[in-house]
Amino acid sequence: MRHIISILLENEPGALSRVVGLFSQRNFNIESLNVAPTEDETLSRLTVTTIGDDRIIEQITKQLNKLIDVVKLVDLTEGNHIERELMLVKVKALGAQRDEVKRTADIFRAQVVDVTPSVYTVQITGDAGKLDAFVQAMAPIGILEVARTGVSGIARGDKMLSL
Amino acid sequence: MALETSRGETTVELLSGADMIARFLQDEGVEYIYGYPGGAALHIYDALFRQDIVKHILVRHEQAATHAADGYARASGKPGTVLVTSGPGATNAVTGIATAYMDSIPMVVLCGQVASHLIGEDAFQETDIIGVTRPIVKHSFSIRHPAEIPAVLKKAYYLASSGRPGPVVVDIPKDMTSPTERYEYVYPKKVKMRSYNPVTRGHSGQIKKAVELILKARRPVFYTGGGVVTGQACEALTDLVRRLGHPITTTLMGIGAYPQSDRQSLGWLGMHGSYESNMAMHHADLIIAIGARFDDRVTNSTSKFCPTAKIVHVDIDPSSISKTVRADVPIVGPAGSVINEMISLVQGREPGNPEALAEWWEKIDGWREERRGKLYEPAEPGEPIKPQQVIEEICRMTRGEAFVTTDVGQHQMFAGQYYKFDKPNRFITSGGLGTMGFGFPAAMGIKQSYPNDDVICVTGEGSFQMMMQELSTCKQYGIGVKIVNLNNGSLGMVRQWQDLNYKSRHAHSYMESLPDFQQLIEAYGFTALRVERYEDLEPALERTFANKNELVFLDVYVDPREHVYPMHVPLGSMRDMLLSKTERT
Repeated sequence: MRHIISILLENEPGALSRVVGLFSQRNFNIESLNVAPTEDETLSRLTVTTIGDDRIIEQITKQLNKLIDVVKLVDLTEGNHIERELMLVKVKALGAQRDEVKRTADIFRAQVVDVTPSVYTVQITGDAGKLDAFVQAMAPIGILEVARTGVSGIARGDKMLSL
Repeated sequence: MALETSRGETTVELLSGADMIARFLQDEGVEYIYGYPGGAALHIYDALFRQDIVKHILVRHEQAATHAADGYARASGKPGTVLVTSGPGATNAVTGIATAYMDSIPMVVLCGQVASHLIGEDAFQETDIIGVTRPIVKHSFSIRHPAEIPAVLKKAYYLASSGRPGPVVVDIPKDMTSPTERYEYVYPKKVKMRSYNPVTRGHSGQIKKAVELILKARRPVFYTGGGVVTGQACEALTDLVRRLGHPITTTLMGIGAYPQSDRQSLGWLGMHGSYESNMAMHHADLIIAIGARFDDRVTNSTSKFCPTAKIVHVDIDPSSISKTVRADVPIVGPAGSVINEMISLVQGREPGNPEALAEWWEKIDGWREERRGKLYEPAEPGEPIKPQQVIEEICRMTRGEAFVTTDVGQHQMFAGQYYKFDKPNRFITSGGLGTMGFGFPAAMGIKQSYPNDDVICVTGEGSFQMMMQELSTCKQYGIGVKIVNLNNGSLGMVRQWQDLNYKSRHAHSYMESLPDFQQLIEAYGFTALRVERYEDLEPALERTFANKNELVFLDVYVDPREHVYPMHVPLGSMRDMLLSKTERT
């Protein structure tokens, strides 16, 4: 099962490497990883998507909680949540392709954010499934480069991951 | 620290980073530091030189410093302290840090580091020791400003010794300890960390549930580990187990938590555990695990582990619970407070099934009887000495009261099996990591704090040669440990596995050119004895233990064909054991 775990982490040097190191050290999977500071400058928020059965996920959350730099964490997939990822895609755009790229981007509610005579750069947000579908749709036209942020997420409603 | 001057004004004490470290160690009550100097640590060494409260012990290899501090910690229950320089000094300490980590031993390792402006430039003796040790520490710190030294060190000692203890590394760039920069020093009496709050008691509802199961059980077994020892809960455990009249087995790390000479003790369990403890575990209907972690050397195949038992698991570390074996009643909490709460709940209550319990004991006594006198065949006159006999003799001679450290291999298992411990913190062994070379330096660390006790390192010629340079340290400080070398001319446990699994092809498990240990030991000015015949063993042991403060090396030539039994059959259940070269369950 795929799980999205969000972690509030002390904004200390080496904290990120402890989290990442834990996954390789204990043979846990990382599908994607996303990390940035929060509104509280002493804290970073890190979101990791991972795959494992219940026993593995239980170990992952317990081992993460054991890290001294981990202040709090939540397995977002345990409840209703919003999941988003941002992707920038460079695609070949020559002649008739230019319209085709634009049309496909519109269908996915993506935006063309940079243009040259031969290349469009498209920005798209959504869950991982939508981004995968967009990549598939663009593939026949000619994808030149893909940059994805990895999943970020937040619980729906009043539930909060905060101190 | 605020000081009052003669005119009644208060002034603030200004200290260099290095002096702060020395002062902090004094204020923290550190008695011994084990270490080795080098460029990046020299300011700190100078500060230690200018005081005489904290004693520094100069080892001959940094690995020995960590093992000595570890031995000190295991015997005394207080955190051990290590000081090494950057680069090779720090990397040499790695094995000892990993050893402490695997056995949850409180330890603070202070590492010198190249000056801040050189970090990342591959400077002379630079290593990213925080990175190197990341998977084998409870936590680590890098000092970024001298003023934060007292607070960081306080956190280091607090983390090392609270909750589930473990080693903490503090990386100290040389400029942080510069003698020319001084900052305000105040000893932080308290420490608070928002992300670290170890539990102080277990969940009462869960404890109640566990106690109901305990009172109803027909075939219960207590299975307790190092957590009871480090949690200083041995007296409470003994009280609880005696009240209930249940059998108890401990892990190798938990030896002595309950007196082994008591009838309710089944000895220790697992791969080379006693027949009766492994049989009892397999047939139990309730296992009460406290401060133990269902390690693979205990459980054998987890899918066949204790098929009829419900499991109560008490541990201070939630990640230990249901990691390898699913717990039916998990209780996160310190052993001491949980056991005391259990005692208050069983007080005045009768066990639900006294007849079943009596039947259970009959069965257990039957298993005991089955193996009585069959554990090994004592040597006939003219035959080589059996290693088991040596340990039994040592146990008798020291009345079971000595500190016994071991290295790793057959001698380690024999020491655990044939020395009977009634007290905790006396059997000091590298259980988790299995570090050869651990025993001798660990014994040094213990002997200094317990000068009036016998401290015996039971070792083998393979292990001893990994740390024998420490003879020089013992000479310098007059450390009178006893070293008993069970000399079988080979790496016994490796050889045993090769006998069992590789048709006795002894690939590199024999020692072709052993030194003359007698000459070697005498070169350091110590006494060495060599025994080859059983009849010479007792007088040699008497000589060995004649003077508590004299280092004596006893080289005993033992039967190299001997194997350690019982031994779990790989991939089997707890009850699947080889009992000798010809018998199995």
